[in-house]
Amino acid sequence: MAPLLEIRDLHASVGDTPILKGINLAINVGEIHAIMGPNGSGKSTMSYVLAGRDGYEVTGGDILMNGVSMLEMESDERARAGMFLAFQYPVELPGVGGMSFLRAAVNARRIEAGEDEVDQLEFVKLVRAKAKNLSINDDMLKRAVNVGFSGGEKKRYEILQMALLEPVLSVLDETDSGLDVDALKIVSDGVNLLRDPARSMLVITHYQRLLNHIVPDYVHILAGGKIRRTGGKELALEVEESGYVGIDDAA
Amino acid sequence: MVATQETIDTLEEVTGKYKYGFVTDIESDKAPKGLNEDIIRFISAKKDEPQWMLDWRLKAFATWQKMETPDWAKLDIEPIDYQDIHYYAAPKSSEGPESLDEVDPELLKTYAKLGIPLDEQKILAGVVAVDAVFDSVSVATTFRGELAKVGVIFCPISEAIRDYPDLVKKYIGSVVPVADNYFSALNSAVFTDGSFVYIPKGVRCPMELSTYFRINEANTGQFERTLIIAEDEAYVSYLEGCTAPQRDENQLHAAVVELVAMDDAEIKYSTVQNWYPGDENGLGGIYNFVTKRGACRGDRSKISWTQVETGSAITWKYPSCILQGKDSVGEFYSVALTNNLQQADTGTKMIHIGEGSRSTIISKGISAGRSQNCYRGLVRIQPGAENARNFTQCDSLLVGDKCGAHTVPYIVSRNPSAKIEHEATTSRISEDQLFYCQQRGISTEDSVSLIVNGFCKEVMKELPMEFAVEAQKLIGISLEGSVG
Ligand SMILES: Nc1ncnc2c1ncn2[C@@H]1O[C@H](COP(=O)(O)OP(=O)(O)OP(=O)(O)O)[C@@H](O)[C@H]1O
Ligand SMILES: [Mg+2]
Repeated sequence: MAPLLEIRDLHASVGDTPILKGINLAINVGEIHAIMGPNGSGKSTMSYVLAGRDGYEVTGGDILMNGVSMLEMESDERARAGMFLAFQYPVELPGVGGMSFLRAAVNARRIEAGEDEVDQLEFVKLVRAKAKNLSINDDMLKRAVNVGFSGGEKKRYEILQMALLEPVLSVLDETDSGLDVDALKIVSDGVNLLRDPARSMLVITHYQRLLNHIVPDYVHILAGGKIRRTGGKELALEVEESGYVGIDDAA
Repeated sequence: MVATQETIDTLEEVTGKYKYGFVTDIESDKAPKGLNEDIIRFISAKKDEPQWMLDWRLKAFATWQKMETPDWAKLDIEPIDYQDIHYYAAPKSSEGPESLDEVDPELLKTYAKLGIPLDEQKILAGVVAVDAVFDSVSVATTFRGELAKVGVIFCPISEAIRDYPDLVKKYIGSVVPVADNYFSALNSAVFTDGSFVYIPKGVRCPMELSTYFRINEANTGQFERTLIIAEDEAYVSYLEGCTAPQRDENQLHAAVVELVAMDDAEIKYSTVQNWYPGDENGLGGIYNFVTKRGACRGDRSKISWTQVETGSAITWKYPSCILQGKDSVGEFYSVALTNNLQQADTGTKMIHIGEGSRSTIISKGISAGRSQNCYRGLVRIQPGAENARNFTQCDSLLVGDKCGAHTVPYIVSRNPSAKIEHEATTSRISEDQLFYCQQRGISTEDSVSLIVNGFCKEVMKELPMEFAVEAQKLIGISLEGSVG
């Protein structure tokens, strides 16, 4: 069986600057992979390239989902195909009501699948129930998307969207950064709830402690636009102790 | 008021992009092209008007002939040949129908296509009374019996001229004088129909009143005239919707709307304007030159204009308030969206005369394609307007980089106690926001529509519920093809 996600010798540039310089990675269905790496090593760039963001140009290699190349797909098509990105910096949408936004996202998938749109009342109930697990209160749900949310609230809101959209592949970009201890627990529990033999995740983080909560199958170290090392959970501990010194050369 | 999905689907099949661009195939009764005294006599005779009305029209015509075409603000416009227009067109079978049974079924079909709940069963389920103006005549006014019980008059203005001459004589031209501008003079000479509303003292109009205007005939101008009077402590909410078929030549729409609010009265006037905007290359479309003005004559009276303007090749429109009454209130909430080669020059005038008068202006301009969108507003504080206040907020949103947004606020304050605040912003639809929405699976077009509707939220929430839903969809449709 083809891996859920396969990245083959991926090269990508932003503007004229090459950032990703030959990434190889395969994630089988049900697996959780963690990516660590120094600031500016290309982690967020990789997540954008996977999600098909405009302006992030693939200059070589391929990205396959279930054996099919995604390079020709627009970002919204990739999303509807089951790819979700929890943003490192979630974007504010002034005036866009949370409920209508969430409903638009869910309906976009349903329409493509030939299903009816969600029932409005049922949907509100569903969102409330999922929000409660993440300690998101009704007031936050009524506000415009991400507007005036604290850093931690934004991160929880990302996980709420993930819980509603039930993606097959989730990329979490530093979802743990800026969270207090309690929030970290809430977010991790939320993520673990979605852990499923049919779903895979790619978790980008700087901190080993997240991986105590969301235990990965593999840890990769990204530096200078390439994956330099791959190991198990213990690699995260090693990085925490000795930093990234020397990793660049290990390639 | 919301069209069924089936209707919408059929329409899209039939008409492609501009969803209201069909032409109804009915025989019409037209005046010959051109404008002269005989045409005015013809219109007046068709309407069975009293002599005083004809005299008024002829005087207006004489005034108009002496006037110069206005200097086009920010607009780029071909000269209009006023002799190449039909000033009167009526669907043949429907001169003054007594009930819906007498209305041409073809017309009813048109209104059904437009999503207007003209057939009475549908209307009974709702709470909206509708007057529908097709080219130059009002073809059906629903719910009149119900309204008459509480003393509310809601009828075509041509009928009001015959049945309530004293009211019409007293108020017509009292807010927008004939000679106010080139188009008000033209309208006064040739106006064909429109709505008349009278709310007596102490009455809260029990339902939303609504008028749909539609230009159907080719080479026809539409010159409607609306007059709304709210006596002391009266309240009315009035909605107006406009569509026109898709045609290659430009068509002229020059309406006049006059509102009068007495002591403690309130008039809420909402417009969703979706006249045919022309195609991607700027061919065809409606010239929308409208004079709308409300007089807050009474103390504590309030007039509030809400408009969503997405149509027309050219819009030139400044709904205004004359705040004469003590502590009177004027409001203007506007969304003006232009795409392709559309041009809009719109805004408001708030004239503060009464002590303690207050006004609020919230304007949201969205420019896409190669369009030009200009907010032009005047806040004038007269010497007697002690402690007057105004708050103005003008936000512009640019979609793409070939369009333009302009803000031209004029402020004239002749009383030092006045407090005037003005805020203005210009922003671009951000790539970050678009990507965020798309990453959630929302298509590019729907993402743009969501973000733009978010930008307009403050204005949209002023619209009556069922109109707001339509207006949101309209914004989405109007932006099609603007990104990507
Ligand atoms: N739009 C851009 N134009 C030019 N360079 C860019 C652009 N976006 C990112 N970069 C560069 O690409 C490199 C990788 O950035 P990226 O955001 O992917 O790093 P990261 O690994 O996510 O870092 P962090 O841990 O700080 O989040 C950086 O050197 C950054 O400056
Ligand atoms: Mg990053």
